Amino acid sequence: MHMADALVAPAVAAAMYACSAVAAGYSVKRVRLEEDAKKIPVMGVMGAFVFAAQMINFTIPGTGSSGHLCGGMLLSALLGPYAGFLAMIGVLLIQCLLFADGGLLALGCNIWNMAFYGCFVGALLIWRPVMRKGITRARIVGASVAGCVLTLQMGAFSVALETLASGVTELPFEAFVAVMQPIHLAIGLVEGLITAAVLVFVHEARPELLFCAAGERETGRFSYRNTLAVLAAAAAVTGGLLSLAASSLPDGLEWSIERLTGSEELTASGSVYETAESVRTATALLPDYAFRGSETALGTTVSGLVGGLAVVCVCVGACLLFRFFKRGSGHEQG
Amino acid sequence: MNRAEGAAREISRLDMLARRDQRVNRIHPLVKFLLTVGYIAAVVSFPKYDVFGLLGMMVYPIATFLLGELSVRDAFRRLRVVLPLVCVAGLFNPLLDQNRVRLGDVWISAGVLSMLTLMGKGVFSLLASYLLIATTTAEALCGALSMLRLPEAVITQFLLTFRYITVLLEEVGRMTQAYALRAPRQKGVHRKVWGPFAGQLLLRSMDRANEVYESMLLRGFSGKRFYQRQRTPLCGRDLAYGAFWLALFALFRFFPVLLLVGGIFL
Repeated sequence: MHMADALVAPAVAAAMYACSAVAAGYSVKRVRLEEDAKKIPVMGVMGAFVFAAQMINFTIPGTGSSGHLCGGMLLSALLGPYAGFLAMIGVLLIQCLLFADGGLLALGCNIWNMAFYGCFVGALLIWRPVMRKGITRARIVGASVAGCVLTLQMGAFSVALETLASGVTELPFEAFVAVMQPIHLAIGLVEGLITAAVLVFVHEARPELLFCAAGERETGRFSYRNTLAVLAAAAAVTGGLLSLAASSLPDGLEWSIERLTGSEELTASGSVYETAESVRTATALLPDYAFRGSETALGTTVSGLVGGLAVVCVCVGACLLFRFFKRGSGHEQG
Repeated sequence: MNRAEGAAREISRLDMLARRDQRVNRIHPLVKFLLTVGYIAAVVSFPKYDVFGLLGMMVYPIATFLLGELSVRDAFRRLRVVLPLVCVAGLFNPLLDQNRVRLGDVWISAGVLSMLTLMGKGVFSLLASYLLIATTTAEALCGALSMLRLPEAVITQFLLTFRYITVLLEEVGRMTQAYALRAPRQKGVHRKVWGPFAGQLLLRSMDRANEVYESMLLRGFSGKRFYQRQRTPLCGRDLAYGAFWLALFALFRFFPVLLLVGGIFL
């Protein structure tokens, strides 16, 4: 479900970075409040565990294929939502930089789609309410499966929304959603069962490691006011910035001109304007990106290709010269 | 070699590349990080039919590959992960975008142009990320992130995760190899041992985390300033390098440089 940079418009990426930053800032604050110095190393090693464990292929019975565990839900069930969210950010950053899984610009989207839903929704809206009356094997299975299915569905829907707002693909939103949701329903079910199997094992071996285990000191209830504040900020940023990317209407200046003149562009007459126009036309190397006096597509294409070749030659030549002189000066120094 | 061992080897390879003494490696990590983000933002902001405009952005990867003496083949091997997704999203464009764009007096399928642009954006942005991590160590990157005032908890956590990934990947590699030798005809881990297989690894990881924490305490860790030593001051050469490339990105983004250069020769 990792989004690539090419699928995200800069405005959408910025909006999602802002949303993820709000959630990360709140998580950092909550982790600091816990005043548990041990938590940071544990988060680091657990992040590495999730990354490594996702390399294990778990056989899906009757299908011949395999799946892997759901990192967000597992981390939040072990570390809690805030520390789990921060650990997931580290995992996603490493996946993006080292394995090209996702992109640097799309990181904000991926944090939101996978870490936010997996940790905040999974832990606070599913895991904690289910475990309120005590942790049992059946509750772990139920919460894990429900959490993975729900959070993956939300993440997949967000991917479709972000792609729609970015406007990079002609695939209709309804068709994209119709493809994404059922696939992630199946993935969520399998990942939920694998995550449940691991958590049940942990519960039997070391029950005190689980979030909301009996005797665990909670550092404070999740405030609905804070939730609303985070969601309101996210909605404001998303609405404000995404609308810039989605709008195809004229901008403010064009709209004003259109209201005044009936056209989006102004035309002017007079000797000064005519002289300026003739200078612009004379100095334009490729008017309308074609040969002078010609309107063929060949001219445009050849211009582009020749230009590209020339720029590459200059670039390669400059770099080779640079390397040549660098080595020369290195020998002289030696 | 299984997946986990392959991933561990890839991390080690990138770490070795980043530690070489090349000129690009010596550029300040903050400058390289901001340049990478700026480059990707410029690349993805191109209009969907502007293939020639986008092509001009190949200058940065070409120059960095040459100056950093990096293998282009290794970089393109990484494309196999992300390119299928971009291709799937782009392949629908020729079918669904039936509009035609006029180039001179010839009409060209707009869907094909937008598909090519999308694929180009995917390739260029991926190469830029690769160039960043192949010329910058994780510690240096953390120093750069700290200069951007990112929370210490996030940076320390990233660095620890990065350091322990190799250890755990090697452990997973040994476990999966041992399992595969005992169950040679089985694809993946059987559902009966899903829990114990990953659960054992998880419990060992938790114990390892405690040992790591104790070792860090003995070395003076107090929860803060874990990566401060990696911060180095910016010098004029770094700023000039960054300013040069940013100016070039702006030039290629806002002017049809390839078409203008081509026009000189024709």
